[in-house]
Amino acid sequence: MSQAPQPILLSSHLLGIEGLSVGEITALLDLAEEYVALGRAKEKKSPLLKGRTVINLFFEPSTRTQSSFELAGKRLGADVMNMSVRTSSVTKGETLIDTATTLNAMRPDILIVRHQNSGATSMLARKVDCCVVNAGDGAHEHPTQALLDALTIRRRGRKFQGLTVAICGDVLHSRVARSNIHLLGKMGARVRLIGPRTLMPADVKRFGVETFTDMREGLKGVDIVMMLRLQLERMSGAFVPSTREYFRYWGLDREKLACANPGALVMHPGPMNRGVEIDSTVADDLEVSVIHEQVEMGVAIRMAVLDALSRGLPAGERNV
Amino acid sequence: MSKRTLFRNARLIDPACGLDAKGGLVVENGRIADAGPHISNADAEVIDCQGLVLAPGLVDMRVFTGEPGSEHRENLKSASRAAVAGGVTTIIVMPNTDPVIDEPSLVDFIRRRAEATAKVRVLPMAALTRHLAGEVMTEIGLLKEAGAVAFTDGDRTISNTRVLRRALSYAAGFDALVVAHAEDPDLTDGSAVNEGEYAMRLGLPAAPAAAEVMIVERDIRLVELTGARYHFAQISTVASLEAIAKAKARGLPITCGVSAHHLALNELDVGTYFTFMKVKPPLRAEADRAAMVEGVASGVIDVIVSSHDPQAADTKRQPFAQAAFGAAGLETLLPVALGLYHEGKADLLHVLKALTCSPAKILGLETGTLAKGAPADLALIDPDAPFVVDPDKLHSRARNTPFKGRRFQGQAIRTFIGGECVYDRGVSA
Repeated sequence: MSQAPQPILLSSHLLGIEGLSVGEITALLDLAEEYVALGRAKEKKSPLLKGRTVINLFFEPSTRTQSSFELAGKRLGADVMNMSVRTSSVTKGETLIDTATTLNAMRPDILIVRHQNSGATSMLARKVDCCVVNAGDGAHEHPTQALLDALTIRRRGRKFQGLTVAICGDVLHSRVARSNIHLLGKMGARVRLIGPRTLMPADVKRFGVETFTDMREGLKGVDIVMMLRLQLERMSGAFVPSTREYFRYWGLDREKLACANPGALVMHPGPMNRGVEIDSTVADDLEVSVIHEQVEMGVAIRMAVLDALSRGLPAGERNV
Repeated sequence: MSKRTLFRNARLIDPACGLDAKGGLVVENGRIADAGPHISNADAEVIDCQGLVLAPGLVDMRVFTGEPGSEHRENLKSASRAAVAGGVTTIIVMPNTDPVIDEPSLVDFIRRRAEATAKVRVLPMAALTRHLAGEVMTEIGLLKEAGAVAFTDGDRTISNTRVLRRALSYAAGFDALVVAHAEDPDLTDGSAVNEGEYAMRLGLPAAPAAAEVMIVERDIRLVELTGARYHFAQISTVASLEAIAKAKARGLPITCGVSAHHLALNELDVGTYFTFMKVKPPLRAEADRAAMVEGVASGVIDVIVSSHDPQAADTKRQPFAQAAFGAAGLETLLPVALGLYHEGKADLLHVLKALTCSPAKILGLETGTLAKGAPADLALIDPDAPFVVDPDKLHSRARNTPFKGRRFQGQAIRTFIGGECVYDRGVSA
């Protein structure tokens, strides 16, 4: 056993960015840098979590986030088990709390949870003895996404202080937007939200952000353009009239991007709807698009999060 | 050499700037070059106005036609003839056609068709919801770019409050004007007239006047929530007027209109089941009618519209409950409105304001004024000329005027659009 590493997180869970301090965020980003390097080495594995059990509990279908967490756990040497909603007993009528207590009895060390309802992850966290990572709860938070976005920005040499970031699209339903608003605000960046008013939550200005309906106006002077995914079911009528109208006014194309600062970076949490929220010529332009880097940073950030949480785990026998 | 026309010896009335004075007006290349008391001579073709009123041409915010889809009722060409004969130089046509104007290409169709066939300026409103079904909002951004001046479901009220809230919220992002018909659709379903003693005696299915204010009050809350620019196309009850007056006093971006027939007629005019009196909303009690007149006088009601809704004989020659709604009104709009002036309810300038610059301002048009640079859309009006409504002499394809045989004072003598004379009563009467 190596000497005890420095604790990074105050809490034994990572449920959101809102509760984190600037120190915690910075420490996580610093730690993730090391894992970026590890991920690029030939030998990508660390024995840090050897013997630990990590469970991916996904109530909402996900490919990217789930595989990113899975890879992060495996690279750290943990045993990773994936549970998705279709194979779980939730479909057989079990309540969320029943599922939680059942899983808890299997004595996992870290539980990674995604759920379609806001607050479900924190409810679960109160019912289990292990660490819980929120991998996205409803329209509330998706902390690892905001952290990986921050890492991507920082590694591109941008300083958060004085940085202007535009988050564009379906803010109303977006946990990515909320986590990013919290993180960027804490780190000293200015945040703008751009989108149709039907997709802007009421009172969103209380987050200390500026809001714009006109994308060209909103992108003026922006250093980072974060696009959000427009869910298919939101496209046809209820919130926006059609995909063609959405693309016309809020789809990021070359022309609208030209309103942003020179050298502005384009980000997207994926998966993209090409021709809806983003034009392929922008998405595929490696001069401006850092979308692939975001995926790489995702694994590193999740390794850092697992590492940080594991530092709070009891080293010896657990109390029963 | 540019074409110049001098209108001399006129009583100029420009409600946009409060001008009411003797003077002249010079038109150059279809636009107003100058107007005012100082103008009496110019090197131009001269039109002697003989002391008659020269005012901006009327802007009628609510016109139903049958084009496309039921051209036998009215097409843009026949509506145009009726409009210019009534001193109207801009008509705003409703999307309640077949197909419904809910696609940018159809907005384009109306504009092109009007350009090809109509003399009057025709500006389309587009549907607020697809197929006017009240369920899915239309492409407000693209439709506005295509030339839709506002968004409305015409004579339908959107009953789903969430749909309307989102549509208003979305429209506000484009600074688009939303125009509403206020009648609770469930409460008025199947009704033909205003609920009250007369309806009871006639035994006609009726809806209470409250069906209007319920929607007015609901929509005021939604405007407060969304910040959308909102216009009630035509109100008809005391209660609605009071609700709107309060909303305006609170600074909400709300305006409203009234139809000419609701200024001049009440529920008793239904008489012996006269189906030309079947309109939407229905003719109301006398107290409501009087309140509408007061509303225009006080300025709470911004706009007077014709609510021109031409119907063919087959749909009106029906038992009252089965007959179609709607009254033709383009040619009687000005004479009815001038009634307010003759009765001493409002001065001439104020009446004309509700017919010209107020609707133009609400719609964001450059017409409706005699200001320098504005299009020379003008109405030469004799406010005292006697006018007896003879349906056979009306220019609309439809004959369903509720004012048959009625005597009015005041009419348009000549009408000009872009400086060109498009109607001359002396020639075509």
